[in-house]
Amino acid sequence: MSQTAAQTSSGAGQLLSVPALLEKNATVHANRPAYREKEFGIWQSWTWKETAEEIDALALGLLNLGVSEGDFIAVIGRNRPSLYWSMVAAQSVGAVPVPIYQDSGAEEMAYVLDHCGAAYVIAGDQEQVDKVVEIKDQLTNLKHMIYIDPRGLRKYDHSHLHQYSHVQEQGRAARDELSAELAARRGKLDYESTCVMLYTSGTTGRPKGVVLSNRNVIESAKNASEFDHLTAQEDILSYLPMAWVGDFIFSLGQAFWCGFCVNCPESEDTMMTDLREIGPTYFFAPPRVFEGQLTNVMIRMEDAGKLKRRMFHHFLAHAKKVGGLILDGKTVSTMDRLKYALGDMLVYGPLKDTLGYGRIRVGYTAGEAIGPEIFDFYRSLGINLKQLYGQTEATVFITVQPDGQVRADTVGVPAPDVELRIADNGEIFYRSPGTFVEYYKNAESTASTKDAEGWVATGDAGFIEESSGHLRIIDRAKDVGKMANGALFAPKYVENKLKFYPDILEAVVFGNERDRCVAFINIDLTAVGNWAERNNIAYASYQELAGHPRVLETIRNHVEAVNVSVAQDEMLSGCQIHRFVILHKELDADDGEMTRTRKVRRRIVEEKFADIIAALYDGSDQVSTRTEVTYEDGRKGAISATLTCVDAKVQSAITRAVAAE
Amino acid sequence: MLDASDSFVTEDGRTIGGVVMEMKNITLRFGGVVAIKDISFDIREGEIRAIIGPNGAGKSSMLNVISGFYVPQEGEVLFHGKQRPPMRPYEVARQGIARTFQNIALFEGMSVLDNVMTGRLNNMKAGLFQQAFWKGRAEKEEVANREVVEKIIDFLEIQAIRKTPVSRLPYGLKKRVELARALAAEPKLLLLDEPMAGMNVEEKEDMSRFILDVNDEFGTTIALIEHDMGVVMDLSDRVVVMDYGKKIGDGTPDEVRNNQNVIDAYLGVSHD
Repeated sequence: MSQTAAQTSSGAGQLLSVPALLEKNATVHANRPAYREKEFGIWQSWTWKETAEEIDALALGLLNLGVSEGDFIAVIGRNRPSLYWSMVAAQSVGAVPVPIYQDSGAEEMAYVLDHCGAAYVIAGDQEQVDKVVEIKDQLTNLKHMIYIDPRGLRKYDHSHLHQYSHVQEQGRAARDELSAELAARRGKLDYESTCVMLYTSGTTGRPKGVVLSNRNVIESAKNASEFDHLTAQEDILSYLPMAWVGDFIFSLGQAFWCGFCVNCPESEDTMMTDLREIGPTYFFAPPRVFEGQLTNVMIRMEDAGKLKRRMFHHFLAHAKKVGGLILDGKTVSTMDRLKYALGDMLVYGPLKDTLGYGRIRVGYTAGEAIGPEIFDFYRSLGINLKQLYGQTEATVFITVQPDGQVRADTVGVPAPDVELRIADNGEIFYRSPGTFVEYYKNAESTASTKDAEGWVATGDAGFIEESSGHLRIIDRAKDVGKMANGALFAPKYVENKLKFYPDILEAVVFGNERDRCVAFINIDLTAVGNWAERNNIAYASYQELAGHPRVLETIRNHVEAVNVSVAQDEMLSGCQIHRFVILHKELDADDGEMTRTRKVRRRIVEEKFADIIAALYDGSDQVSTRTEVTYEDGRKGAISATLTCVDAKVQSAITRAVAAE
Repeated sequence: MLDASDSFVTEDGRTIGGVVMEMKNITLRFGGVVAIKDISFDIREGEIRAIIGPNGAGKSSMLNVISGFYVPQEGEVLFHGKQRPPMRPYEVARQGIARTFQNIALFEGMSVLDNVMTGRLNNMKAGLFQQAFWKGRAEKEEVANREVVEKIIDFLEIQAIRKTPVSRLPYGLKKRVELARALAAEPKLLLLDEPMAGMNVEEKEDMSRFILDVNDEFGTTIALIEHDMGVVMDLSDRVVVMDYGKKIGDGTPDEVRNNQNVIDAYLGVSHD
């Protein structure tokens, strides 16, 4: 079904593989830039025609080295045109490219290279070559290694090690003998042949090799490009790991489908400068990038002159009021529009230029929850920032937000050709042309993830909002429980809402198999301490500040506000917080309460503070407790405290119904 | 023993050539103070030669003699076999010798790029007028020199601070910028005065890697002063040890490490 769609849209020839798309681009967009890389302070660029020549030369060189069809070719390094070309060259000779995270350690790399039995490795530089050399003995299949940057590698044993440019030269020299073979291998590629294999990052257990076919990649790229009206005029900045499915789709899939230009930064550290220089029109970043940029802007504005600062805050307040509405095409009064235009000239425009968003048409963020105020800040400036929900197994796209229907708390409607289903336990299932072929050499996992009809379990729980048809993600499905009355219990959903308040650093919500929910709160010492200073509230320690009546009052207001917002969701209204305490200590990795990456270990916290939880449920006003702590030098000590249990107002189902009317 | 013109290949595959610079019985006095007393040693092409010693041993004075900044009262300095006459610093630079300083001597208000560009001054022939109006030779020269400088910026991985004023950089990076400026002159002989002084372990590791890479990639002969023994022993091919202005040891790191005089000087010895 989807095959016919591609055939009809291709017109001339059949665009059933990435090398076929390359051939098309080399003709249709011959002299348009395909790749740029900043090197030696200058943006070097290659047209589609030149790109095709580079890829051909490398493909011939790979044939010359003896690459067979079905071989796996690992690609390791930072985002560089040559590495993207390596992947397409590998496809051209019927091999399967396997991009690998460049920051993975030798051991992790050994697992992946051994698992796929990579016969060839194309590495960016000495650092990556060294890692592979270190584990070479474990890799029985490895035949040859190719590197791009020769620095420091001159004296290595070159019996199985080759410089990228030399492989290309040898390929060009052997063009006459090998071009027939190359054409034959390219001709065999179709929608069913493997396009790429990507290893999932493996936060749980060993990484799994997700096999994606040309159908998966091209259909997904095509659908998403049409969804956002992408054209050959786009510029993107490729700085996210090449081994991540998103980069593969944006920088290769969509770039080849649309024929737009992929720009590679000079180095990891120069990404922000390069972003400003390129001014991408289509951009993806995880929430932390947007957060970091916003913080930077705010800090720099603190140092600006008085006039500039006042102007900045005045117009930003106006943007907050109408910017988002204008972007969504809603009705806004002429006066407000005029003022917004003036603000754009004086503040928003220059600010967007500084951030590198001067030309942006479509921006996406995904991966984790983004703070609503951060999201709204960018949107109010007129940056079309949207959210999407996806995973490697879906070739990225499951749901996306259409223009004009963007909200911080949803992840959008099903992407074109994606079918969505929510199971009884809240788990999200999807079926789409992007649905992966299989986990390589892992039939068991494939079977447990994808059923016979092609439905894939995401492992995430969520629900479709009735009013808008948008999907909302609640939590990982395995963390979602049931309350005593059978309602859905989604702690992380509520915790995230609480953590969006700057005063609240951490929150842990309990309520699984109980009749109501209670919460532990950690205040943010910087934010609350700052507030205390401004209000002349003296405190000696975290514990003292945490127990201050006015702090309790502030947090109670936050909790009640969250309750109001939670109550809006029919399925989750049971998760409102009835009572809470502000903990006498910060949850800490040294005490085992959190992981090193600062994720709360729910079960350990529950056991450790069982007495406090009991007090929250039995209605006592106060609870005295004693907690063992580990200091940074490893010594142990104990803190005693008497904590106040605070009641918070919850919204009943009836008032909600009234509010809704 | 090797002859002055002999060359050989080290274990890690680098070629060490003949003697490029030879110190013969150098004595340097400042009034009544004898800073260096009758010291002889040589530096071979392509090697990393370290001068070590406790504080006040005369290391920096020795480096200044090598660079031609000090003219010793006795003894002679042979550069490529010829006795070197007293010279001005720019003449030394034109001979292919570049250096870095113990207490960083960069132009604080200028960007990293401009600082490194100053290392190319000897390669700019255009006059003031041409430079000022960006005419004729000036433009072509600047482009060519910028290319050299950009390769060095890439080599030392300082792209991200290219346009940053030096005054805003942390100490370890300033040291790297100084090295970049010295490299911009494309020297045959590079003198490093305590390149790792005041650095933390990570910065020292970075700097060591760059020193080795410079030697390896460009074949630059390097003479360096350092008092972190560990670093010196790992980096250098041969080490001269000084104490109170005298040479008390000379040889490979292993030889020097086992030299009784050196052990005494570093660990102290009871004078009874």
